[in-house]
Amino acid sequence: MATVEETHPPEGEAQTHDGVRRRDFINIAAVSFAGVGGAIAVLPLLNQMNPAADVLALSSIEVDLSSIERGQAIKTIWRKQPLFVRNLTNEEIAEANAVDISSLRDPQTLAERTAEGHENWLITLAVCTHLGCIPLGAAQGENKGPFGGYFCPCHGSAYDTAARVRSGPAPGNLLVPEYEFTSDTTVTIG
Amino acid sequence: MSFPWAEQYTPKHPFMKYMDERLPLPRLVYNSVGAGYPTPRNLNFFWNFGSLAGLALVIQIITGIVLAMHYAANTDIAFASVEYIMRDVNSGWLLRYLHANGASFFFLVLYIHMFRGLYYSSYKPPREVVWLLGLVIFLLAMATAFMGYVLPWGQMSFWGAQVITGLFSAIPLIGEALHTWLLGGFSPDNATLNRFFSLHYLLPFVIAGVIILHIWALHLPGSSNPTGIDVKGPQDTVPFHPYYTAKDGFGVGVFLILLAIMVFFLPNYLGHADNYIEANRLSTPANIVPEWYFWPFYAILRAFTVDFILPAKLWGVIAMFGSIILLFFLPWLDKSPVRSGNYRPQFKIWFWVLVVDVVVLGYCGGSHAEQPYLMISQLATMYYFAHFLIILPIISRTERPRPLPNSITEAVLGKDDSVTGGAAQPAPAE
Repeated sequence: MATVEETHPPEGEAQTHDGVRRRDFINIAAVSFAGVGGAIAVLPLLNQMNPAADVLALSSIEVDLSSIERGQAIKTIWRKQPLFVRNLTNEEIAEANAVDISSLRDPQTLAERTAEGHENWLITLAVCTHLGCIPLGAAQGENKGPFGGYFCPCHGSAYDTAARVRSGPAPGNLLVPEYEFTSDTTVTIG
Repeated sequence: MSFPWAEQYTPKHPFMKYMDERLPLPRLVYNSVGAGYPTPRNLNFFWNFGSLAGLALVIQIITGIVLAMHYAANTDIAFASVEYIMRDVNSGWLLRYLHANGASFFFLVLYIHMFRGLYYSSYKPPREVVWLLGLVIFLLAMATAFMGYVLPWGQMSFWGAQVITGLFSAIPLIGEALHTWLLGGFSPDNATLNRFFSLHYLLPFVIAGVIILHIWALHLPGSSNPTGIDVKGPQDTVPFHPYYTAKDGFGVGVFLILLAIMVFFLPNYLGHADNYIEANRLSTPANIVPEWYFWPFYAILRAFTVDFILPAKLWGVIAMFGSIILLFFLPWLDKSPVRSGNYRPQFKIWFWVLVVDVVVLGYCGGSHAEQPYLMISQLATMYYFAHFLIILPIISRTERPRPLPNSITEAVLGKDDSVTGGAAQPAPAE
């Protein structure tokens, strides 16, 4: 058993010994064990703030495209965020392809932003990459901005027919979510 | 605020010196739970339960704040939101079971802490205010636990709220109006649930505040000890850190293991299956009982079945509240100058009779309201009051205590076998 020390100095002030005492080892082991245990106990407290199962269950949706005519766009909701689904006209596709990619702030071709074989379907989040407002331009008669795509009324960011940012403060193009065509008229988003 | 031989806080690092002159928080910690708080060298494991109660409160507050992020205090969705926590929220089941079982563990350590105080007469001068503040904490904890139990809006929640708030309707003249005011309606409803949620969130912080007063009041005379005799000199004490931080740390380990066993293997053992049925105001569960920690008081409430001058209902309420209010007068009911039950042969016997009595009350309180439990409850209730109002005052005058040791050190080194745990600490050689 550990014997009585001559003096008992405050913690951390113990005079240096030649060897490590058993008590030092036990002390470090016990405190480390408690420290690791405490840190692990924090994990569920942090993890509970992640999206719950019911939120994740809504993270993919199916959209029926059959009623969207060329030149029309719809707004729907994906992960509680607005989503644009736009059926581009041939003129709009041509206009998007005519742009010099190197002149763009966020260089991407229309082909990169659409699915192969479905290049007329432009599916993007309706969340301005500046500060999160919904750009105008999906509904009939809304201001499509100087580049014929979308225009964000909050701070004036303008997007072109491929929903790429062309002017204003937005740092990037409207985000294209992951999606897959399950048939010619249905698409699964997410 | 401490003994003159307490270790002095002497910061070495320039930053700590800087802080000490501006916000001496490290000094406060050092003097409260550090090496600057000299503590009797002979504390046994019953002195662990204060820090454990503090730990239990911290667990309740942390898990509670997290649960409140997902819970909805609305009668339409409260029950569903609790199930949502159990099924959908990440780790939600763990947090809720920790919170529910944590409440039981809080009361368990609170009761052991209180019986420690009763056995070693920790309520006697100069620590009366420590005892009184402790009782305030106990009452606040009971109110908090009751309101928390209402929140899941299950059958037991609803009918518990109905019954417990019904207690107030027994008060003459203002009872009915008070009852309606408490509920915000004529029976528990959305208004009740919302105010209970608000207060259930608030009261733990009030408890934390009273705990600060409790510890402040304790640290003036310093901790009591198993011999009950006062500290006479430096040889009677050891610094709180590392001696009692290590010992409390061991207690924390045991506490957490037991809590983990309940949470992971028996999470609903202490609960009622009825509370997994959503509240139904048209059907009372067959056996409506509160959580186990209220059983002794529930037995006292039900022990009064006959009108005698006052209605039986009012007697039950008076007795139930009286059984706790009585404890506030304990420092003045037990006049014996000897603190520790170890040196009071008669007191010791009656103390254990009281422990058994409270356990019996608890058993009856958890059983159906029928014979023989009613009769046993009545006898046990009689003993409970007689213990404090008759037996304790009498034996404190008549019994002849055993001779006290001359000092804590003599008690420790003279007969090592009779003391447990902390007394086995090595003696600091002087």
